[in-house]
Amino acid sequence: MWLPRWRRAKPWQCRWCGASCGVMETDPGLLMAAVRSPYQRDPAWRGRLAWLLVSAVLLWPLLVLTEFRPWRMLDSRSLQVTAHFLAGFLPPALDADFLRVVARETWRTVAIATAGVTLALLLAAPLALVATAALSISSLSGRMGVVPFVTRQAARALMVALRTVPELVWALVFVRVVGLGPTSGVLAIGLTYGGMLGKVFAEILEGSDEHPTRTLLANGGGRLQAFLYGLLPQAAPELTSYTIYRWECAIRSSVVLGFVGAGGLGQQMDSSLKMLAGNEVATMLLVFIGLVWLADSASAWLRGLLR
Amino acid sequence: MSAGPPAFERLPSGLITPRVRAGSVLLAAIALVVASFWSLDLQWSALWSRDSLAAMARFAGEFFPPDTSALFVSKVVQATAETLAMSALGTLVAALFGLLLALPAARTHGGALWRVPTRLLLNALRAVPELVWASLMLITAGLGPMAGTLALALHTTGVLGRLFAEAIENAPPAPAFALRAQGARPAQVLLYATLPQVAPQLLSYTLYRWENNIRAASILGVVGAGGLGQLLSYHLGLFQMGRTATVLLAMLALVLAVDTTSYFARRAMTR
Repeated sequence: MWLPRWRRAKPWQCRWCGASCGVMETDPGLLMAAVRSPYQRDPAWRGRLAWLLVSAVLLWPLLVLTEFRPWRMLDSRSLQVTAHFLAGFLPPALDADFLRVVARETWRTVAIATAGVTLALLLAAPLALVATAALSISSLSGRMGVVPFVTRQAARALMVALRTVPELVWALVFVRVVGLGPTSGVLAIGLTYGGMLGKVFAEILEGSDEHPTRTLLANGGGRLQAFLYGLLPQAAPELTSYTIYRWECAIRSSVVLGFVGAGGLGQQMDSSLKMLAGNEVATMLLVFIGLVWLADSASAWLRGLLR
Repeated sequence: MSAGPPAFERLPSGLITPRVRAGSVLLAAIALVVASFWSLDLQWSALWSRDSLAAMARFAGEFFPPDTSALFVSKVVQATAETLAMSALGTLVAALFGLLLALPAARTHGGALWRVPTRLLLNALRAVPELVWASLMLITAGLGPMAGTLALALHTTGVLGRLFAEAIENAPPAPAFALRAQGARPAQVLLYATLPQVAPQLLSYTLYRWENNIRAASILGVVGAGGLGQLLSYHLGLFQMGRTATVLLAMLALVLAVDTTSYFARRAMTR
């Protein structure tokens, strides 16, 4: 095989592997044979092709069901609206009145999350205490009694029910009952997060060392005493850490709840979006990202303190 | 000559002992809670008044019986399929773009010139929740499931991109090094050393996000982005409570089915 001078490999570098393998110097014909050799071919190409076809066939109904036609976004009218909206993003709205509104709504978002988590704690703590099998007196001597067992399972079922309904659905329902405003947001977060916190609290309590608790119970301590002196000292850091983490999540979800009318930054963002006020949306998105970042670092710092 | 304890052991404890710190954090938390309840004009009295309790009971009573006419049930089934399709397609698109963005975002490939802006982009995508993306996408993509799919894809790209980048960074470096030492190009190193090693992890992250996205997709519709949520907010808005109840039941069934499937799948895989 003839190559022009500039394409010929230098003695110290091979054109095919970039190193000094020496193939080029020995025999270019040998090299071409190696390239075409069956070892170079993908040995699994049939399988790969089959998988590709199968996934294409599976993908088709997905595209149909989701009405996925991205080119629809590229027609001139849609592009015009989008461009107009995006052009409004710069500069973000920074007049004093609007900033004051944003600051008030941001605080409300935080307040809804905090009040909601407080409510959730009030709900979760008793439920978790009831659901924890480690605090069972009847199971000290053999199997747990029927009534305690049924009570524990009922508490668990209640927590599952609270947790399964998304907070947005709770909020939608409460907005119908108590009207627009932060009350429905607080209630929605309280109920859903009550279920979540209760379940995880019960799991944490079950996961800690049972020995001190059982000793206290066996020596005549009450369930609350056994919890306070046996379980709580072990589990407190983890319980606190999880609560803080959930508070952080609640801030994120309280923004989302605003979109159905539960107050806070979300509600404001929703109305600005409906008016296609790009500059206001831009400001609020920036504030929201900052808020999430702040909550994130505050929660990381607080949880770091516990360690 | 007695050697006492080294001097540094006897240094007086600083002003901020752990106890002081814990106390101040606790005080701050209590202040935050009090300020929250104080500043939100919560209508507890309205909530617990006899009228509103009666209204709530009436409201809950209207949910029964759920609408089980064949026509409506088939509509709900259709919406459920739409929800599943939205979540699946959104996750798939996100996995593709997440992988594309994870490569420059990972410390192993490329320099800071690409890494820093990519990471910023991923963080921004991740910080905005799906529902906010959905209401932004409504402007571009119009009402319907495509906006929801795009919203899921955007948020999930941020999440998966970051997780993928971490997985790629944490892959054992030896195989990649071996290929590089043989003179393989960066693309070859990626395809034949890094990706095969992290593929199972990428797949499990993707499945985990899919599970989350099914839950998210079922509620995205309340802003008009398709799926069960759109049906829910539509019938709730018209106060057709029987139909709302059917949609709610479908939603709960979907969430419970996803939870149980993932529980058993996890158990089967870890066994």
